[in-house]
Amino acid sequence: MTTTTTTPAGPPSPAGLRGDPVDLSGRSRPGEAVIRGVLFAAALVSVLTTVGIVIALLRPAVEFFRDVPVWEFLGGTRWAPNDSGNPDFGVWPLVSATLVITVVALVVAIPLGLGAAMYLSEYASPEMRRRLKPIVELLAGVPSVVYGFFALTFVTPNLLQKVLHIDVGFTNALAAGLVLGVMIIPTIASLSEDALFAVPLSLRQGSFAMGANRMQTTLRVVLPAAMSGVAAAVILGLSRAVGETMIVALAAGSRPHLSLDPREGMQAMTGYIASTAGGENPVGSTSYNTLFAVGLLLFVITLIINVISIALVRRYRQEY
Amino acid sequence: MVKGTNMSTHSVTASSPGTEANRHTAGGSVGSLSDVAQEIERHLPDKLMDPIMETSLLNIYYGDFHAVHDVNLAFGRNEITALIGPSGCGKSTVLRSLNRMNDLVPGARVEGAVNYQGQNIYARGVDPIAVRTHVGMVFQKPNPFPKSIYDNVAYGPRVTGMKVDDMDDLVEGALRGAALWDEVKDKLKQSAYGLSGGQQQRLCIARTIATKPNVILMDEPCSALDPIATARVEDLMLQLTQDYTIVIVTHNMQQAARVSDRTAFFTARPDETTGNRTGLLVEYNLTKQLFSQPSDQRTEDYISGRFG
Ligand SMILES: Nc1ncnc2c1ncn2[C@@H]1O[C@H](COP(=O)(O)OP(=O)(O)OP(=O)(O)O)[C@@H](O)[C@H]1O
Ligand SMILES: [Mg+2]
Repeated sequence: MTTTTTTPAGPPSPAGLRGDPVDLSGRSRPGEAVIRGVLFAAALVSVLTTVGIVIALLRPAVEFFRDVPVWEFLGGTRWAPNDSGNPDFGVWPLVSATLVITVVALVVAIPLGLGAAMYLSEYASPEMRRRLKPIVELLAGVPSVVYGFFALTFVTPNLLQKVLHIDVGFTNALAAGLVLGVMIIPTIASLSEDALFAVPLSLRQGSFAMGANRMQTTLRVVLPAAMSGVAAAVILGLSRAVGETMIVALAAGSRPHLSLDPREGMQAMTGYIASTAGGENPVGSTSYNTLFAVGLLLFVITLIINVISIALVRRYRQEY
Repeated sequence: MVKGTNMSTHSVTASSPGTEANRHTAGGSVGSLSDVAQEIERHLPDKLMDPIMETSLLNIYYGDFHAVHDVNLAFGRNEITALIGPSGCGKSTVLRSLNRMNDLVPGARVEGAVNYQGQNIYARGVDPIAVRTHVGMVFQKPNPFPKSIYDNVAYGPRVTGMKVDDMDDLVEGALRGAALWDEVKDKLKQSAYGLSGGQQQRLCIARTIATKPNVILMDEPCSALDPIATARVEDLMLQLTQDYTIVIVTHNMQQAARVSDRTAFFTARPDETTGNRTGLLVEYNLTKQLFSQPSDQRTEDYISGRFG
């Protein structure tokens, strides 16, 4: 009670406490408004682009579905849009090809990507990590057309046919899927490594103090703790695989047919779009409009994957 | 048979307070130093004849930095030993060396010996993982795993491949041992993150005793807890001495006085040439003795608040 007011050499007191007038009126900051405007415009561009894409896809797609009933498109199992005598627009052969190639890619990319991530985050010395991580990320910069040629000219004839003696054709889903998997490894590895590395050290210490070894700590504590980030990484890799075009167009072939056998050549959705887009179909014809119907379906599939990924990330979110 | 009657047969290792007459009474554990000095009834030998663990000429380095110099300490069975001293004097460093947690710190190096039941845990061929199943550790900040309460407790027995007849019993026993069972028995499958900080810390203790170590190391286990949660953890530590040896680092001298049997006081001395502060053990004695008649001026200054 006695020592509150008159301390001569106390710390500087906040302005105003000693009776100075306080100015709280706002100052105008024109710079802020400009920055805000520019940033808003940037955000707007990406939103508008998305909307524009949807509209551009929708109009020809709607036209397409006037000629071809939706159930025939989504339910049919024969894809022959250019067969002038007996055209069929069942999209399943394209979808199944995308599915087969993506599954092969994930079978390659999830173990290798996660393995690389676990090694870099949990096993490698700081020095090693600093050197290896950029190299892994560099793989992501290889143009996909290079991967495509690699699949076509190396993986199929050498790896699959000569070394593994698998009976595959010149184009096949297996080679495309394998190489596609390699292509998305950096995405999965790099993003899941970030998630694993961000797990607090205290959790690892807790695990080691219980007598766990490094593998147990990694698999049972660090990985579950990083699950949301790892799931996001895998889903991002998955949507890249589904949307990838060059590898698939080059290595998987252009023969649409319904099959789940990865040794066969098959045409994926993106492969169809790539090979037909530059073609000779007259604008406005049904076969031209198929491009947009398939494109729209691809868009919807990717959208669904992303929605699932957001839900997954929410579900597994950990507070450590 | 009335349902309620056979409930008690289930309890595993619940140590009811009061069964051991010569322990400090757990109940009134919050008190002043002089209260505590009177409360201590247990008569301990001045010299430890059969320590469970012992360090000799322990020197610890982080890279070139000499963190701890020539520490000789012995820890009595079923005793609580407190390590006190100003910040940076190497208490945590010494503690971590007792179950080889320093192995996980890049650049950390230990010289000298830490003998556990007569065996040097730094000898060639000793598996640090095996050491840690004998010497468990509870950390400053509660660090439950992102798992259910049950799985947190079951984690240690599972990863160490302990032979367990009935995991449910083991989990219950550990949670009872950590005085947490009644609060969590209806939500064992829920995430451990739903617990309060104090409950999480007791869960970490439960998790540690589930692996049945002999020694439990605690690094400022109450520093993130409020006084009530702190009192509960202190009571728990006193109960745990029935089965375990505890080494605790604390900044709270009342806490050291309340719970510990022996206290080691460390300080840091700047090196003449480099100015690096190297930690060393100043005085080690029965807690009662150390707080009432410190034999070193530095100890007296520290415990009377004139230093650090
Ligand atoms: N991982 C590490 N790497 C390098 N130096 C470290 C490391 N951990 C601790 N040190 C240094 O070792 C010395 C002792 O640290 P330690 O954490 O053991 O002190 P402490 O007595 O536990 O302090 P506090 O009371 O603040 O917890 C300090 O100078 C600290 O900077
Ligand atoms: Mg410390």
